[in-house]
Amino acid sequence: MEHYLSLFIRSIFIENLALSFFLGMCTFLAVSKKIETALGLGIAVILVQMITVPANNLIYQFLLKDGALAWAGYPDVDLSFLGLISFIGVIAAMVQILEMAMDKFTPALYNALGIFLPLITVNCAILGGTLFMVERDYNLAESAVYGVGSGLGWALAITAIAGIREKLKYSDVPDGLQGLGITFITAGLMALGFMAFSGIQL
Amino acid sequence: MAGEIKAAVYDPLIDNNPITLQVLGVCSALAVTTNMMAALIMSIALTTVTAFASAIISSIRNHIPSSIRIIVQMTIIASLVIVVDQLLKAYAYEASKQLSVFVGLIITNCIVLGRAEAYAMKNPPAMSFLDGIGNGLGYSLILMVVAFFRELLGTGKLFGHTIIPVANDGGWYIPNGLMLLPPSAFFVIGLLIWLIRSIKKEQVEPADYQIHQVHRTEVL
Repeated sequence: MEHYLSLFIRSIFIENLALSFFLGMCTFLAVSKKIETALGLGIAVILVQMITVPANNLIYQFLLKDGALAWAGYPDVDLSFLGLISFIGVIAAMVQILEMAMDKFTPALYNALGIFLPLITVNCAILGGTLFMVERDYNLAESAVYGVGSGLGWALAITAIAGIREKLKYSDVPDGLQGLGITFITAGLMALGFMAFSGIQL
Repeated sequence: MAGEIKAAVYDPLIDNNPITLQVLGVCSALAVTTNMMAALIMSIALTTVTAFASAIISSIRNHIPSSIRIIVQMTIIASLVIVVDQLLKAYAYEASKQLSVFVGLIITNCIVLGRAEAYAMKNPPAMSFLDGIGNGLGYSLILMVVAFFRELLGTGKLFGHTIIPVANDGGWYIPNGLMLLPPSAFFVIGLLIWLIRSIKKEQVEPADYQIHQVHRTEVL
C-alpha cells in the first residue's frame, strides 16, 4: 500500500508530466487562458489517462513484450516494435469513446472543450504516460495508480497556470513578451516551484 | 515556382516558426535540449518524419475519407516513427537511450500532424515534402539555439567538447547548474520569443486587456 501511495505522490508532484517532463505542452500553453476550460481539459486528461495507461499495460504485457505471447504458444515472438502504433491506436479509440460519452452526458463540458478534445489524442502527456509505464516496467496495479497520478499532476499544473494567466492579463507586459512569451516564463517559474518537491525521498 | 519552393522552406525558419509562433511541438523542444548532440539527433529525426509523413499523406490525400483522416494520418506517422526509432536503436543506441521516450513522442508532436492537416491535405506531394523540411528546420533551429545556451552555460561544453574550462577542472567558469534543469528551458524559449518578436514586430500578440495609461493626457 505504501508503495502505491508513494508512487501516486511522486507521479503528481515530483515527476509532474507537464512541468518536469514537458509533456502536453502544446495544449498546456494553448488552452490555459481560462480556469474553467483548463479544469475541463484537466479532467478529460485524468479520465483518458486513467483508462489508457492500464489498458496499454495489458496490451504490452500480454501481446507485445518479448515472450509475452507464450500463452498462445509462441514463446519466441517479440512484438515490442509494434508498441507505438498499438498504443496510439488505443488512445485514439479511447478519446473517441470519451468524446461520444461526453457529448451525450455532459454537453456543456463537451462544447466548452470543443476542438481540444480530439486533440487529446495528440497530447504528448497521454502517450508519454504510456511510454513511461513501459520504460519503467510497471505492473497493472502500478500503472493504474501511475495513470491517475500523472493525469492529476497534469490537471493540477494546467489549472494553476490558468489561474495565474487570468490575473496576469491585467499586468503590463512588454510588447514582445505579450501572450506566448510571458506564458513560457511563468511556466518556468512554476517548474522552479515544483522542483522544491524533488528533494523529497519516498 | 522557384519562389514558392523558397517560401516553403524558408518561411517556417523565422517568419512562421512552428515553435515560437504556431506553438507546435513544444514538448520535445524543452526536453531534449540539455545537450546539443541529443538536440541534433532529435532535429534530424523530426525533420525526416515530418517531410516523409507530409509527402506520403499528400500523395494519398484524395483517397482519405475526411471522417477517418486523423486515424489514417496517425497510422502513417506512427509507422515512420517506428522506423526511425528502430534505426536509432540499431545505429545510435546510446543516443536513443538518452532520448528515452521522446523519439516515440514524435508521433504526438503537433508539428507533424499540424503540417499534415494544414498543408499536406491540400497540396501536391513534392511541395508538401518541402514544407515538411522547412518546418522541421524551423523546429531544429530553435532546438539548436536553446541547446547551445543550455549546454554552454550549464556545463561549459558544446557537443561534449570543452569550450569554457570549468572551475572543477582548474578553469575559471563556474557552471550554472540551473541551465540543465527543466525551468531554464522555459526561460530560454521565453527570452528567444521576446527577441524574435522585438525584431519582427508583426508577431506581437495583442493584449487581452488594455491597461489604461492614466499619466497620459490623450484619451485612449
